[in-house]
Amino acid sequence: MDTRNLICISCPLGCPITVTLNGSGEIEKVEGYSCPRGEAYARKEVTNPTRIVTSTVRVLGAAKGDVMVSCKTKTDVPKGKIFDVIKGINGISVTAPVHIGDVILQNVAGTGVDIVATKEIR
Amino acid sequence: MENYDIVIIGGGPAGLAAAVSAYDAGARSILILERDKKLGGILEQCIHNGFGLHTFKEELTGPEYAQRYFDQVLERKIEYRLNTMVLDISAEKVITAMSRTDGLFEIQAGSVILAMGCRERSRGSLNIPGYRPAGIYTAGTAQRLVNMEGMMPGREVVILGSGDIGLIMARRMTLEGAKVKVVAELLPYSGGLRRNIVQCLDDYDIPLKLSHTVIDIEGKERVEGITIAEVDEKRRPIPGTEEHYTCDTLLLSVGLIPENELSRGMGVKINPVTNGPSVNESLETSIPGVFAAGNVLHVHDLVDFVSEEAASAGRNAAAYVQAGGNEEARHEVPVAAEGGPRYTVPVTIDPSRVPESLTVRFRVGDIIRNHFVSVYFDQDRVLHIKRPIMAPGEMEEVKLKKQFFDERPNLAKITIRVEEK
Repeated sequence: MDTRNLICISCPLGCPITVTLNGSGEIEKVEGYSCPRGEAYARKEVTNPTRIVTSTVRVLGAAKGDVMVSCKTKTDVPKGKIFDVIKGINGISVTAPVHIGDVILQNVAGTGVDIVATKEIR
Repeated sequence: MENYDIVIIGGGPAGLAAAVSAYDAGARSILILERDKKLGGILEQCIHNGFGLHTFKEELTGPEYAQRYFDQVLERKIEYRLNTMVLDISAEKVITAMSRTDGLFEIQAGSVILAMGCRERSRGSLNIPGYRPAGIYTAGTAQRLVNMEGMMPGREVVILGSGDIGLIMARRMTLEGAKVKVVAELLPYSGGLRRNIVQCLDDYDIPLKLSHTVIDIEGKERVEGITIAEVDEKRRPIPGTEEHYTCDTLLLSVGLIPENELSRGMGVKINPVTNGPSVNESLETSIPGVFAAGNVLHVHDLVDFVSEEAASAGRNAAAYVQAGGNEEARHEVPVAAEGGPRYTVPVTIDPSRVPESLTVRFRVGDIIRNHFVSVYFDQDRVLHIKRPIMAPGEMEEVKLKKQFFDERPNLAKITIRVEEK
């Protein structure tokens, strides 16, 4: 038996969650969450923790003088891949106009996840 | 002089939500005044995710959240002026503003919604000894430099204060290749959200030292190093606990101050605890027809609640102008805070103007475990809610039902009390 105490990061409530693992490392029970998101987070966090990564890339030719456009991984990626993702978008630039949801880079760092824009740049 | 029914000061999340809800409540003559070149306010630089779970049931980044409201403003063809600085508002609701295109101009408003937000406390308010070298930034300034200007403020970083922006910037600077050596927090607990400690510090093995502060900044032209020390319960540095860090940058995340120069100028009564206007149930200040919402009223942790609060201010402003500027005396039942809460918003409630459900927000002054939040209407306890943990960094709220008021016509006092049982 092994217990892991987590703080849920799914939303700003930050519920304290306890996950109990049995001898072979399988999840026995999850307690303390207050929504389905919390339970899903806790199960994932002890087996395969993931994060959405947000960053910025350069934008060229923006009408209002913007130089950066914000972006994110379209879905969460394994926690261990965060720095690979950041390396993957290093040095990239895009040309305006850019719309929210536009794919900036496909399959970043071999994760199968695209980088998408999160800001409108005219 | 130009005339508008409702003029909103500030085009950030509070101003946008107030405008949309005022429009939806029937107001048409609405103007938003924004000093920046874009609407959206601070959300434009908050590129991290976690916004909108409450409002849109999905997890958005700051710019995406702002865009949702911006689109709603556009759809409704609500007027706004950018690059426009409001200089003064008179008690009679005459707004003096200026911009490069229109010069200096005045607007008579029927109602004013204050939505100016807040600003960061800076080094000047901290009494840290040492020279004034380059390399000391507020966390929000660093955030703007990195996320909007594409510039790195430094490579080796110490952060003083564990407010949310500081935590977010610890992660952001790390991802951009900087080494964040330590986050020092004067208080015995963090001022930020628990989730941000986990995903911004723990994920990257950045140490958080509670009850620590900066006692020396080294370097004359540029920051070269920082000395921190542990503090005792009176927040005085303890000799012998000094630790030195070599670094080129110090970020400060040491609190936010509602920006109320304009409110003070027009004579609005300010609550000394929140540094924001004292408001009634309608989020109306001491001047009838002048409303306040968002960080100008009290500093929030979550933009979702800013939007919710501002939407309520927008509706109330619309009702005010539709009633022809009803300035009759309000019946004011005071809201008292006991046993933990440092303040409440609102501070008075007029039972005749309560909607179906009225949200009262507050913050506690210390970490409180396993207590109840109770609401008393005179001697009657109408709400009794168990809270496993409350922290100063996380805003609390209770919802008062209209029925509580209807059942008690002679109500004299409302008390929000944090109690053991």
